[in-house]
Amino acid sequence: MRNRALRIISGLGGVVAVLAITPSLGFAQDVYEPTTQDVLNNIWVFMAGVLVFFMQAGFALVEAGLTRAKNVVNIFAKNLADAIVGVLAFFACGFAFAYGGDSKWIGDSMFFLSGGDAFGIAEEGALSLSTDFFFQSVFAATAVTIASGAMAERTKFTGYLIFSVVMCAFIYPVVVHWTWGGGLIAQLDYGTDEVPVVFSDFAGSGIVHMTGGIAALMGAYFVGPRIGKFGADGSTRAIPGHSIPFAMLGVFILWLGWFGFNPGSELLADFEVPRIALNTMLAAVSGGLATTIVIWAKTGKPDVAFIGNGVLAGLVAITAGCGAFNYAMSAIVGAIGGVIVVFSVLMFDKIKIDDPVGAISVHGVVGAWGTLAIGIFARYDDAFLGRENAGLIYGGGDAGPFAQLALQATMILIIGVFVTITTGAVFAAIKATVGLRVSEEEEIEGLDVIEHGLPGYAPDAVTSR
Amino acid sequence: MKLITAVIKPFKLDDVKDALKGAGITGITVSEVRGFGRQGGHTETYRGAEYKIDFVPKVGIEVVVDDAAVDAAVDAIKTGASTGKIGDGKIWVSDVDRIVRIRTGEEGTDAI
Repeated sequence: MRNRALRIISGLGGVVAVLAITPSLGFAQDVYEPTTQDVLNNIWVFMAGVLVFFMQAGFALVEAGLTRAKNVVNIFAKNLADAIVGVLAFFACGFAFAYGGDSKWIGDSMFFLSGGDAFGIAEEGALSLSTDFFFQSVFAATAVTIASGAMAERTKFTGYLIFSVVMCAFIYPVVVHWTWGGGLIAQLDYGTDEVPVVFSDFAGSGIVHMTGGIAALMGAYFVGPRIGKFGADGSTRAIPGHSIPFAMLGVFILWLGWFGFNPGSELLADFEVPRIALNTMLAAVSGGLATTIVIWAKTGKPDVAFIGNGVLAGLVAITAGCGAFNYAMSAIVGAIGGVIVVFSVLMFDKIKIDDPVGAISVHGVVGAWGTLAIGIFARYDDAFLGRENAGLIYGGGDAGPFAQLALQATMILIIGVFVTITTGAVFAAIKATVGLRVSEEEEIEGLDVIEHGLPGYAPDAVTSR
Repeated sequence: MKLITAVIKPFKLDDVKDALKGAGITGITVSEVRGFGRQGGHTETYRGAEYKIDFVPKVGIEVVVDDAAVDAAVDAIKTGASTGKIGDGKIWVSDVDRIVRIRTGEEGTDAI
C-alpha cells in the first residue's frame, strides 16, 4: 500500500518537475519573437506607405490644376473614389490574386486577407500581414489613379468607378503576381545555371507606372478627345488648366510621396533607404532640369506645367532602378526621362490622343524607359538582380552585356500586351454598356453640377429654398 | 455710334469673336456674368440640403460700332452665338453719345 502511494506520488512529482523546468516547451516554441530590427522594418515600411498614400492628394491636385474649373469637383471625386473602391477591391481579392500562393499565373489564397497572421511575423526580416497589405494597397491605389488624369473632363463617374474596381481587383494584381509575386515574369531566366538573369523593378516603374500609363492610354483612346481639343484642320488647341498653384502643389506632394514609394520598397529599415532616397531626389531634379532645357529651347519659354511633368518623369524613371543605380546614373536616367516626356506629350497630341495632364507620357512611356534602363545602367545588386554590374555599360556582370536588357524588354512587352488587352477590354465594355463618356451638353456645361450636384467654386451667395 | 451688348453662352465666345473679326469689327470687351432669361435654373443638393441654381454662367460682350456697321455686327454675333437650344442669349443695341481714344485723344468715329 505505501509502496504504491509512494510510486504514484513520485511519478506525479516527476511530471511536475519536468513541467516546471521546461516552461518554453509545448506550443510556445512555434511563435517567433520579433527583434528590434523587425519592428523597425515594419514601422518604416508602414510610414513609407503613409507617404505613398499622400500621393493620392498629389495626383488629385495635379489633375485639378491642369484642367478647367468647371470640372474640379469631378476630378477630386474620381481621385477620392478610385482610392475608396480600389483599396476595397484590393482587400477583397486584389491582394490575394497578387500574392496568394505560388501559382505561375494568379494567386489563389488570402482573399479578404484570410489565413494570414494579423498580429506578428513568422520569421526574421518579414513584414506583418498588416504592414504588407497597407504598403501594397497604396501602390495599387497609385496605379489606378493614373488613368483619371488622362480621361479628365469628359468621363462618366460610373464608368470610371467600374474601371477602378476591375483594375485593383484583377488587372494590376495579375501584373504584380507575375513579378513581385513570383509568377510568370519572375520565373523567366535569361542567364545560366551559374549566373541567373531575372527581372528587376525595385519599386515599380513597369509594374505600377507603366501599367497605370497604359490603362490611361486605353481610357483616353476609348473616351475620345475633349470637345474642341483638336481642330478640324488637324491643329491642337491648348486648353489651359485653371490653377497652376494646384498643379505645382501636386507635383511637390507627389515628390514627397515618392520618398516613401522608392525607399519603402526596400522593405527593410537599413542604409539602403537613404541611398535610394538620394537616387530618387537626384533623378527628380535632373528630370526637371532636362525638361526645362528642352521646353525652353523648343518654345522660348520655361513652361512650368511641363517642368512639373519633367520632375515627375524623373521620379518615374528612377523607380525601377533606384536600388541598382549609383548617384550619377540616377541623375542621367532621370534626365533622359525628362527629355522623353516632352517629345512623348507632343507625339500623343499629334496622333490625336487627348491627355490633359500628360499621364500617359509621364507614367506609361517613361515607366517603360525606367524599366528598360535597368538593363543599361544597373550597377549594384538591388536584391532582385542577384549580381553586380548587370547593366550593359558595366558589361552585364558575368552574364553578358545584353542579357539583362533583353529580360527587361521582355518584361515590358509581356506587361504591355497584357495591360493593353485587359484595360482595352474593360473600357470597350464600359463604353458599350453604361457608357464611358458624358453627353456633349454636360461636357460643355461642366461635369461638377451635372455629375455631382455641386459647383466646385460656388459664389458665396447661394439661394436656397 | 452704337453700343451693342450681348449675353451669350460661354463656350460660344470663340465663334462670336471670329465672326466679328470676319465682319471687320475689331475691339471687344468681354465679361463673365451670371443670368437667366426664360431659361429655368435647376435644383441640386449640398450635403443633404436642397438649393436652387438660378443664375447660369454666361459671357457678356460689348462692342461699339459705327451706325453703318450695326447690322453686320448684330448678325455676326447672332450667327456665332447660336446653338438653337434654350439659353443662347440676347443682343441689344443702344446709343453712344461720345467716345474718346485715351492714348491719342481722338473722338467720334476716329476713336472706334
